[in-house]
Amino acid sequence: MNLFDIVGPVMVGPSSSHTAGAVKIGNISRKLLGEKIQDAVIWFHGSFLATGKGHGTDKALLAGLLGFAVDDPQIPKSFEIAEERGIHFRFEGIDLGDVHPNSVKLNLTGKSGKTLEIIAASIGGGRVEICQIDGLDAHFCGDYPTLIVHNLDQPGHVTEVTSMLAHKSINIATMQLYRASRGGNAVMVIECDQEVPGEAIQWLEHLEGIRKVTYFSLEETDV
Amino acid sequence: MYKSLAEIIDCVTKKNIPFWKCVQKEDCIELGISEEEAFSRMQGMYEAMRSADEGYEDTLYSQSGLVGTDGKKVHDARIKGQLLCGDFIGKVMERAIKMGESNACMKRIVAAPTAGSCGVIPAVFLTIQEEKGYTDEQMTEALYVAAGIGGVIANRAFLAGAAGGCQAEIGSASSMAAGAVAYLMGGDAKVIANAAALAMKNLLGLACDPVAGLVEVPCVKRNVMGAVNAMTSADLALAGVMSRIPPDEVFDAMRAIGRAMPENIRETGLGGLAGTPTGVELREKLTGM
Repeated sequence: MNLFDIVGPVMVGPSSSHTAGAVKIGNISRKLLGEKIQDAVIWFHGSFLATGKGHGTDKALLAGLLGFAVDDPQIPKSFEIAEERGIHFRFEGIDLGDVHPNSVKLNLTGKSGKTLEIIAASIGGGRVEICQIDGLDAHFCGDYPTLIVHNLDQPGHVTEVTSMLAHKSINIATMQLYRASRGGNAVMVIECDQEVPGEAIQWLEHLEGIRKVTYFSLEETDV
Repeated sequence: MYKSLAEIIDCVTKKNIPFWKCVQKEDCIELGISEEEAFSRMQGMYEAMRSADEGYEDTLYSQSGLVGTDGKKVHDARIKGQLLCGDFIGKVMERAIKMGESNACMKRIVAAPTAGSCGVIPAVFLTIQEEKGYTDEQMTEALYVAAGIGGVIANRAFLAGAAGGCQAEIGSASSMAAGAVAYLMGGDAKVIANAAALAMKNLLGLACDPVAGLVEVPCVKRNVMGAVNAMTSADLALAGVMSRIPPDEVFDAMRAIGRAMPENIRETGLGGLAGTPTGVELREKLTGM
């Protein structure tokens, strides 16, 4: 935290958790998909479901998917803007079980047909956490460039990824490993101090045993 | 961010630099940016507060319809000279309620420290600047004082209603604003800390009981109370009235009270005002739950 978390952010109201946090989740999800969104299904859970309408959580989340910042005055008009851009979107209610009360699940489909499923939570004061990607745990908050590698649970993949990062002079801030089962699907979530170049991500994608590479960049791209 | 006001006072004494500068220097190390860059960013926050104040729309209602147009009522009463509190405090009241309403109506505001309490600091700051003619640079310094106090509260207690009730939101905003006013009016570091302590003491125990879970009732009007409380607390401290309980211990008390609060008065929209027959009726109507 720093002083601009205390005085700030500049944001569209009414709630840092239910509005600004929702915009952030939308933005992180959009960047994780890595291409223009064609279709979005959004399931609200808990307090997001109960009070989301009155807090504009639906408008805010969609605004984030459109690439709006938390202080963009167009946030209240996001439904109309998404329709103009030909993006299909739908909101539903869901019980995600024992998760944070301000949780949401998103199913995104990009222009090329790429899909992404995300579960995220708005944990207070506009801070958010991405909790799951494509059904596997992934805890990160979007403060750092983050590399998410889904791989088969077999020896050597962590070394491949960390060697590549070392080769590119990228320092690892935090690293988490999860797996669904021994020898099954596993995931690495690596928060970095520097951005990971696109060609390094493409190289990883072609390695045997790597199922999917998702990258969250702090830099703004045109998607 | 500092862990106690005592550490900031210590920095002021040892380094012989102002309160706000101690706060800024420490934060610039965390941010990794220059003091000039940080200062202009903070000034940007103040400018955003001003444009939010000027952007109030007196015909808007929130999505729920629970709040809106009260800012105009206070404005009209003030212009007619009907307010007992007079024009100066009247302006503080008017700005605080307007900002709370703008927030509820999805307008652009500055969370300070939260969106629900976004009216307190701008109401006090913009009005005192108008009254006393302080420069924008002085107001930015005061914003650093406020942020420094907020940082200590965040470290020792919390700033979220869900964590510690409304005392953590309006209480913190009021405490931050009180310290900042004391700074602007020439108070030294101890007076600043005392103003912050006195303001927080008055709001200890305040429940977070929003009707239907929305940042509307009673949040909007509590901004008025938080702003006015900041002014009176600063005046007390500047007059030499001291908090018998040291400021850092007051924040610790806020934390202890927040932790002891039942969940239904910590932003769940269930207890307190939200749990009254009318509150329940509104919740059922607005959320279907």
